[in-house]
Amino acid sequence: MPGAVPFLELLSISKTYPGVVALRDVSLSAATGEVIGLIGENGAGKSTLMRVLGGVVAPSKGIIRIDGAESASLTVNEATAAGIAFVHQELNLFDNLDVAANVFIGREPLWGGPLKFVDRKAMYARVQPLLDRLNVDFRPDTSVSELSIAQQQLLEIAKALSFDARLVIMDEPTSSLTLTETSRLLEVVASLKASGVSVIFISHRLNEIEQCADRVVVLRDGCTVGALDRQQINHDAMIRLMIGRDLKSLYVPPAAPPGSSMLDIEAMRTSTYPEQPVSLSVRKGEILGLAGLIGSGRTELARAVFGIDHPSAGAIRLEGQPIVVGSPRDAIDRGIYLIPEDRKRSGLLLDVSITENISLPDLASYARATLVRASTEIANAEQQRRRLRIKVPDVGDPVSTLSGGNQQKVVLAKWLSMRPRVIIFDEPTRGVDVGSKSEIYEIMRELADAGVAILMISSDMEEVIGVSDRIAVMHEGRISGFLDRDDFSERNVLKLAVGSTIS
Amino acid sequence: MLKKDLGLFILIVVVAAVVAFLNPRFLSPINLSNTANQVGLFGIVSIGEGFVIITGGIDLSVGSQFALLGVLFIDLLVIYQVHWAIALLMMVAGGMMLGTIHGFLVTRMRMQPFVVTLCGLLIYRGVARYITGDGNAGFAFGETYPWLDLLTKGKSFGVPHTFIAFAMVAILMGIVLHRTVFGRYLFAVGKNEEAARYSGINTRRVISAAYIICGALTGLASVFMTMYVNGVTPSVHGNFYELYAIAAAVLGGCSLRGGEGSVLGIVLGSILLQLLQNLVNLLGIPSSLNFAVMGGVILIGVLADQQLVRYRRWATARSAAARLEEAAPSAAVKQSA
Repeated sequence: MPGAVPFLELLSISKTYPGVVALRDVSLSAATGEVIGLIGENGAGKSTLMRVLGGVVAPSKGIIRIDGAESASLTVNEATAAGIAFVHQELNLFDNLDVAANVFIGREPLWGGPLKFVDRKAMYARVQPLLDRLNVDFRPDTSVSELSIAQQQLLEIAKALSFDARLVIMDEPTSSLTLTETSRLLEVVASLKASGVSVIFISHRLNEIEQCADRVVVLRDGCTVGALDRQQINHDAMIRLMIGRDLKSLYVPPAAPPGSSMLDIEAMRTSTYPEQPVSLSVRKGEILGLAGLIGSGRTELARAVFGIDHPSAGAIRLEGQPIVVGSPRDAIDRGIYLIPEDRKRSGLLLDVSITENISLPDLASYARATLVRASTEIANAEQQRRRLRIKVPDVGDPVSTLSGGNQQKVVLAKWLSMRPRVIIFDEPTRGVDVGSKSEIYEIMRELADAGVAILMISSDMEEVIGVSDRIAVMHEGRISGFLDRDDFSERNVLKLAVGSTIS
Repeated sequence: MLKKDLGLFILIVVVAAVVAFLNPRFLSPINLSNTANQVGLFGIVSIGEGFVIITGGIDLSVGSQFALLGVLFIDLLVIYQVHWAIALLMMVAGGMMLGTIHGFLVTRMRMQPFVVTLCGLLIYRGVARYITGDGNAGFAFGETYPWLDLLTKGKSFGVPHTFIAFAMVAILMGIVLHRTVFGRYLFAVGKNEEAARYSGINTRRVISAAYIICGALTGLASVFMTMYVNGVTPSVHGNFYELYAIAAAVLGGCSLRGGEGSVLGIVLGSILLQLLQNLVNLLGIPSSLNFAVMGGVILIGVLADQQLVRYRRWATARSAAARLEEAAPSAAVKQSA
């Protein structure tokens, strides 16, 4: 029962990565049948803490006490043996196998001695009671490919129960569920609780936390900043704890007030949220921050504007002129550039030289009679290297030898060699060191002052508030509000991001 | 890149030296000219195959295209009395057409290149056999095409024209692959198709073009091959030639994952491959072991190359890390939590 002696305790856990403190003196305990809501912004340290608990990450400092036994860190096997089970944000299921096979993957009941045949009957017989317990509408022999996301979520929970889990960690389990599916999941959480299983429920949806949590723990910048008991749990209290820094001081104002509108997105519907038309405009010389929770549809919007995806409806205007963007080439030819979220996958050819990466989008202009002139290419790369202070001895080196920050500068250099009118930055400083970070911000401001319109998608609150001239916030595919500088605060951004309105 | 080619070149020289030492007939003009002829015949299509492999694809149908296009070529000449030059151009165009179909199926219909061209392999040979009534297509007795014969079977200064054609194709395609915008795009698409798309490259068009180029070179080579064999028996003509082409490309440094390879490498790969055949003949090794020798050398070659690359990567990573340590405290990587 809640309030009973906790069977699991994390005592002043710290985790440092080179240059970054991910967790600082965080303590957390769980008692039998307790539901703990764990909240905090993107990057507050929730996932790292859970990885410590799951045995994936070893803490730099601190003690983990399970049933009175103390240790400095856990292995994945120890965590499993202790009854800690994960239901991940991204589902780790094999959709070419059936439900029972997924539950027993890697520890299938066998027969036939050394021949190791899988004992399907035993597997189905053992999975059925777990499914009954969760009251699901699929069977042990249903193929996972036929299950909805919500059903897969339940399957993950069944899998957790099959390990005799005492503590189930759910990392944003409802982020892709519909309302009815969500309430179904919350019922399951309640029934787990009733049967004595504890749950750590990580969610950005404060309503759900309000409904199911016995206790709320709030993380910010890797520290525990507060805890709320059952009767204290409400929206305002939670938001108050999640925020609380002065972030406006980083801001560098523009040299001149923003000009006329550069990019207008009108009633655009992306395939992820086809029912939500999105409209926004970015002015010349303006940095518009696009905030929101992960999965709120920001990247999809960027991809549609850049011509990667084809929106189902909507129009784009550039300096007032309607344009059609059917491919990235169309966007690039008009001066609309995208710095993608995952630079290793979409931004760079990793084992190709810096020079060739930089010239790739505009290669024709380095060529005479279609033959590429290496000398002009190298000259340009050198120029960009100096301008962006890319730290590399030789622009002929492959990009893979660079640090994250310098790699991002190479992506930037690709576009700065051309004539930008609009640059969309998608998470511009993810995986970038502090020094390069501020350099990238400086470049963004320089560009804006030169008349470029900048749309900056960011999940980093510090960045959104510290860099933007104006913020648009997205929530589940729609723009939930715009904020002018005077209204900038973590509280306001967060409120809009979770779908509430600003009072 | 250059190191790889150099290694291959040294290997060729060593193998040639050993063979020449064991059997001096290797250096006889007749043997050299024959080997050069073989290199030319197989090399042209290997370059085309290399282009496809660089995009991360594969073309298994080139051998069957030899059979189909060869039959059509002879029919055009013998039955329809088409001028040989026009017929030759039509073969190149025919190969390009097949390449266009492959490219369309791969890029637009999103089919796997292996599957598309495997079906091509089956279909083209089947059609060729059907056209000839499962017999063979040959030239009528006494009918000669002096110009065509000179072009395809002749020699200049003792060098077979097939080899000269191969050299010309290699130079042209070397420029296309290593110097032009298109060549750069080809590598970019093979290395990372998504990043290429984000850089504004029309990846579908680039990939299709690779299949079309492969088709064109296959069409050209099919004419040389038909003239060399002096007739086509579709049930055997060109059997396994796709594997020779793939072998030469892989031996020459093309990675089946895409994004890697050079025309010089493919040229050297083609030479080494034919050298091995020649070695089997000259050293009295039972010719039944022909494929086994080829397979063994490719296996060892690719294995050695990859181990070298791994070692080099490890070494550069180490020196880069050492340099970073000296320059500044290690850069912080913020963990997305």
